Amino acid sequence: MVCDLCKEGEAVIQLTEIEGSGVRQLHLCEKCAAERGVETTLTAAKPQINNFLQTIHEQMPAAKGEPAQCSFCQGTLADFRATGRLGCAHCYETFESSLRDLLRRVHGNSRHIGRRYVAPLPTELPHVSNATELRDRLKRAIESEQFELAADIRDKLRGIE
Amino acid sequence: MLDLSLLPDGGASWLDASGEHADIVISTRIRLARNLEGYAFTPRARDGERLRILTQVREAFASLRSIEDGVLVRVDELAPEDRLLLHERHLVSKELAGLNDQPVRTGAAVYLSRGVGIMVNEEDHLRLQALHSGFHIPDAFGVIERLDAELGNKVPYAFHNEFGYLTACPTNVGTGLRASVLIHLPGLVLTKEIGKVLAGLQQVGLTYRGMYGEGSEVVGNFFQISNQTTLGRSEGELLDYLVRVVRHVIEREEEARRVLLRDAGYIIEDKLWRAFGTLRYARSLSFEEAMNYLSGVRLAVGLKLISGLSVYTLNKLLIFSQLAHLGHTEGRALTESEANVARARYVRETLATESE
Repeated sequence: MVCDLCKEGEAVIQLTEIEGSGVRQLHLCEKCAAERGVETTLTAAKPQINNFLQTIHEQMPAAKGEPAQCSFCQGTLADFRATGRLGCAHCYETFESSLRDLLRRVHGNSRHIGRRYVAPLPTELPHVSNATELRDRLKRAIESEQFELAADIRDKLRGIE
Repeated sequence: MLDLSLLPDGGASWLDASGEHADIVISTRIRLARNLEGYAFTPRARDGERLRILTQVREAFASLRSIEDGVLVRVDELAPEDRLLLHERHLVSKELAGLNDQPVRTGAAVYLSRGVGIMVNEEDHLRLQALHSGFHIPDAFGVIERLDAELGNKVPYAFHNEFGYLTACPTNVGTGLRASVLIHLPGLVLTKEIGKVLAGLQQVGLTYRGMYGEGSEVVGNFFQISNQTTLGRSEGELLDYLVRVVRHVIEREEEARRVLLRDAGYIIEDKLWRAFGTLRYARSLSFEEAMNYLSGVRLAVGLKLISGLSVYTLNKLLIFSQLAHLGHTEGRALTESEANVARARYVRETLATESE
């Protein structure tokens, strides 16, 4: 079916207009529907993340004095700009001042005032091997071509093993 | 094939239409995003790390008192149609089920019990969620708060003194809390007030999405309204605020329905009965068609134009007429045209037996 207004586009929206007690039915294409201010599926569900990614792109230069790379996951601000996801919890400390600005823009605030959390003591937790963690870091360092760091981690691993 | 009857409530107690305003608000969901210390966040973690996370939390789950008879489902080991089934049932996100452009991650799992679930290796290591029927924010939060406190004593969460609970995406940091209500707003759509209402939501720090969350389309006049910010306000403030705004939206919807009946009564009545007639007799229904007609019938039930049809039946029709659910009933994967025929038959038979 073609659009009742432009007679060109394919009608995908059925619009029921109510004026006084009269009602009329219009079959509209996506474009004409949007021009009449009708919320279409295209205009209605814009993923929020796009706005967020745009914010990071436009407004997130590296702050002075911040390391270029997170020492735990080897993530960089460039990785973050590309994906909108941080690599690990330590990234929040590594890129603290850049993130503080970003959080203010996104949330209007950078300070958590909700529930506080105290982690259980390590003795209460199941043991996680330090060597396993180092091996993960080693693999990530090699993948991101951080060979000097990889050598350091390898030495530490040898020390443990 | 995945046997949903193994879940304590079949994963469907949230459809029972027991909550407040159940004809307008289908369900309330609250989720908390949490990450474990000592690992990279899920998107950056290696397969081995994600499997160790799963092992670590699995042990913790087994000793939880706030979840009874939980069942752990390894999502990464399921066939694609079973992953879709869990997603259609609102038990796992699109991302966890590997239904986005990314394949399912090694170590993706979900721990399910009556009205609560914990997704493992979603965008964050843990996504705790409570899903309730109707408009039920305090109850849903009570459940999830207890679960969070207990679990946080068994595994160490990543928490920052200033930024709060740390998450892979900074839009979730702080409380990690996202509360959302799935709400049916045909009155506001028909009176064309919906644009104003949705724009208003965004001005007051809330957001809306389609039925299946981020990036999903709005079909059948079903919207998900949720808080947008997670940092700088307490959990209680975020929830109170959402409750106040949703109450206001419900009032606007009720007012719009009164206007429709007053100004265009017979036209609306005709349109809604036609929707009912189509569902009652059609031999092939696409998903969008079914959703739109179900929206009409739901409105008719809300306006008391159609009686003898329960909101529970309407909720069930919404969920069980989806592709993977139809395939599950038929015992095999269906093509789109087969699904359209199966859908029409399922809707017809359900309406024949469950409406007076």
